[in-house]
Amino acid sequence: MTHTQTATATPALLSIEGLHKSYGAVEVLKGVDLSMQRGNVVTLIGSSGSGKTTLLRCVNLLEEFQGGRIRLDGQDIGYSEASGKRVRHPEKVIAQHRAMTGMAFQQFNLFPHLSALQNVTLGLLKVKKMPKDEAVALAEKWLERVGLLERRNHFPGQLSGGQQQRVAIARAIAMNPSLMLFDEVTSALDPELVGEVLSVIKGLAEDGMTMLLVTHEMRFAYEVSDQIVFMNQGRIEEQGHPKELFERPKSARLAEFLKNIRF
Amino acid sequence: MYEQPTWLHELWIAREALWGGFLTSVQCSALAILCGTVIGMFGGLVLTYGNVWGRLPFRLYVDLIRGTPVFVLVLAVFYMAPALGWQISAFQAGAVGLTLFCGSHVSEIVRGSLQAIPRGQLEAGKAIGLTFRQSLGYVLLPQALRQILPTWVNSSTEIVKASTLLSVIGVAELLLSTQQVIARNFMTLQFYLFAGFLFFVINYAIELLGRQIEKRVALP
Repeated sequence: MTHTQTATATPALLSIEGLHKSYGAVEVLKGVDLSMQRGNVVTLIGSSGSGKTTLLRCVNLLEEFQGGRIRLDGQDIGYSEASGKRVRHPEKVIAQHRAMTGMAFQQFNLFPHLSALQNVTLGLLKVKKMPKDEAVALAEKWLERVGLLERRNHFPGQLSGGQQQRVAIARAIAMNPSLMLFDEVTSALDPELVGEVLSVIKGLAEDGMTMLLVTHEMRFAYEVSDQIVFMNQGRIEEQGHPKELFERPKSARLAEFLKNIRF
Repeated sequence: MYEQPTWLHELWIAREALWGGFLTSVQCSALAILCGTVIGMFGGLVLTYGNVWGRLPFRLYVDLIRGTPVFVLVLAVFYMAPALGWQISAFQAGAVGLTLFCGSHVSEIVRGSLQAIPRGQLEAGKAIGLTFRQSLGYVLLPQALRQILPTWVNSSTEIVKASTLLSVIGVAELLLSTQQVIARNFMTLQFYLFAGFLFFVINYAIELLGRQIEKRVALP
């Protein structure tokens, strides 16, 4: 188990302890523990409804959680304990913490009224308070990196799904987050557009970006991840190195899951 | 020998009265549209994002006012304001009535367009670290305002038409001025048609303006 890693000299970038999350009476996360080192790529897999997207969304507080603790870079995310009481952070603090993580969504969620360049600069200008010329230069650097510099003045409606997703990744990564979250970023794409997005993510992984992914692209997960986490019914069933996990699954549920997956 | 007066001659005599009426119609409509839009923007935001104590009064206001004829509303303000110790002129009472009417409609238009924005937009704003206010200003409202424009133009023209009801409480707006002119020269058809034409001109100007703005803010 990876818990032993936390005992080493470098503290975990992300540590999740005993995370509980329910929608009303339905408990979707039933005590999740996970820790990630800086520069690691961790992929969450599991059948739909297993809680992997919810777990990802708890990390930047797009979902509230009712129990447990999430720490990112030594800071409590969302809530902190004050004299035995659980207190939600003020909105400003939460917004600052959210800026420490970047997120790419399944549906891209680009701002349709802003050009590709403006989508990327918005956070730089309004959250990072960067001067305009600096923000534009940085945004252009990242748009070039995802291969879309010449489309910087196009609006989302004028871009293909794959291009929109690459702009969305540039928007998130330009904020210089310590952790990138990818939530099924290729699930809404036509099959021939999946490759261009995956190769962008792969490039980021090679640069040492810390990433937490949810994906159904098993071959990609196998190639890019340092650690695979298999979730089942709101719990982590099994985790480990991709080779070990895919080739010698210990739990019956994971073996069953892998049997039904095409690589 | 007595000469039958021509319509143009009568129009020349009545020009000041009609111009005054025209201005009054434009003024009270513009005032109501302006104030009603401000109330409506606020109301729409509260109805969409407010907590129950914010939503409740606005829900009551919107449902009550939208379920009442404007005519009744104008009369109610005109007669009830003095009864409540508020001394206001007929013009003010009329403008308040129209403003309340406009505000309730715009509230619902704004609420509808905000709710039509996919949830992912607010989440994407949050994800890059925008506060709710920033998301509202840079992400949600720019999209919502594009949506409300055609409906807002429609509501505005309704307000201009509804302003004719102010004639009943003695505001010398365009319709009442026209009636007064007709009472003098009995050229009923000509002057009513002329008043209708002027109302059309006001509303057509609003529609053109709306179309211009729509064109300018349209997304490719």
